[in-house]
Amino acid sequence: MELIARAAGAESLTAHLQRLGPMPALPSGALIAEVEASGLLGRGGAGFPVGRKWRAVAERAAGGAVVLANGAEGEPLSFKDRSLMTARPHLVIDGALLAARAVGASDIIFYVGAEHRTADAALRQALAERTGEVRGRTRIVAAQAGYVSGEESAAVHYVNAGDARPTSSPPRPFERGVGGRPTLVQNVESLALAALIARRGHAWYQGLGRGRARGIGLLTVSGAVNRAGVHEIELGATLSDAAAAAGGLRGDVRAVLLGGYFGGWADLHEQWGLPLDAPSMRARGLALGCGVVHFLPSDTCGVEATARFMTYLASQSARQCGPCVFGLSAIAGATQRLAAQSPQPGDLDRIVRWSGQLTGRGACHHPDGAAALMHSALQVFADDFAGHQRRRCLTISEPARVAVA
Amino acid sequence: MGEVLQIDRIRCDGHGLCAELVPELISLDDWGYPIIKPGNVPPSVVEHARRAVDACPVLALRLARTAALVAR
Repeated sequence: MELIARAAGAESLTAHLQRLGPMPALPSGALIAEVEASGLLGRGGAGFPVGRKWRAVAERAAGGAVVLANGAEGEPLSFKDRSLMTARPHLVIDGALLAARAVGASDIIFYVGAEHRTADAALRQALAERTGEVRGRTRIVAAQAGYVSGEESAAVHYVNAGDARPTSSPPRPFERGVGGRPTLVQNVESLALAALIARRGHAWYQGLGRGRARGIGLLTVSGAVNRAGVHEIELGATLSDAAAAAGGLRGDVRAVLLGGYFGGWADLHEQWGLPLDAPSMRARGLALGCGVVHFLPSDTCGVEATARFMTYLASQSARQCGPCVFGLSAIAGATQRLAAQSPQPGDLDRIVRWSGQLTGRGACHHPDGAAALMHSALQVFADDFAGHQRRRCLTISEPARVAVA
Repeated sequence: MGEVLQIDRIRCDGHGLCAELVPELISLDDWGYPIIKPGNVPPSVVEHARRAVDACPVLALRLARTAALVAR
């Protein structure tokens, strides 16, 4: 296991150096070239090529850039970033230091979810083990709880002005970020993987993975499994492998949420052999996102689960852009009515129309993510939604429903 | 090379003047916020689009050259 440890507690600097050896002395250009050649894709959710992002910042920086290591992890079903920071804080710090060297950054900010206390303590302890030079150019900023806090322009806005709401773009953070300087905002798992690639070379990373996929990654597996938790996989491992890694499924599972609240539902039987890596999933209209795999328990109605998720996403709007504020809450309200089997006439049609109008209509991608989740729900749970519009749930048996009512 | 209509979604308050001035390109959702037809502004309506940009009470609308767009 490269990113998560079997032993409890954080890895010390001594153990880290014994396991991996010292940080490589590669200069900026060689570092960027290694990471580019590895094909490493970002693990915060968008899956953008890490090397290309580093190059974009390096070209603008002229030595004055900032690295913002993003461990906000506001996604409710994701635990991999806090697990990584807790288990291997020095690997994350190495990644941030190497990224800083690559892009020409003097300052490093670790942006850690305020509620991730164990991860925060592990990072603080790890930084205390580092040299004064490293400590002098790094700081930890507690990210506000909330889904949007980790969005990159929101993260920069919070560090600059104490306001964790996304900003209009352009400029993007890589152009003008923390303190107006070019800023690399990079997820902590991406940084940890870059630290391994810098030590072992791109060929090592390219040698991992199944099928056509390359590399390794972290998943957070939850729902109807025997052992929910964070699991490291070779990319290209299948959905069935993910279920097996989590101790197998519990009950007759029909659907799985992939990529988190910004991802989408998939039919489990259709996708049981799905390779878990960003390009394969994109080709099937799915997303690896931040690596969330949530198996829907067989006794949970898909409409009800979707209503819960949409209600959460509506509540997490930064409330800046009209289409997001009004659209999400209207969709959440109609989905709740459907879930409760007390819809208004035409609720389902309105949900279809409203969710079709959201994409690209916010300053950040919050409405886009919510729309993607809704679209997938309407496909995977098409019969269930149609049933609920007729006040009939297909999941809970009729007598049970009457008894509850 | 052409021009596209862009909206600063944070500024936009849904006044809706733009949809009246360029209905060819802009419609409104159920809450009065603009939905812009994708693609370049056709030359035949560029003048209308420019008028809509000028009329926006919160300066949320602009015409941008497509070459200057940042991919996102």
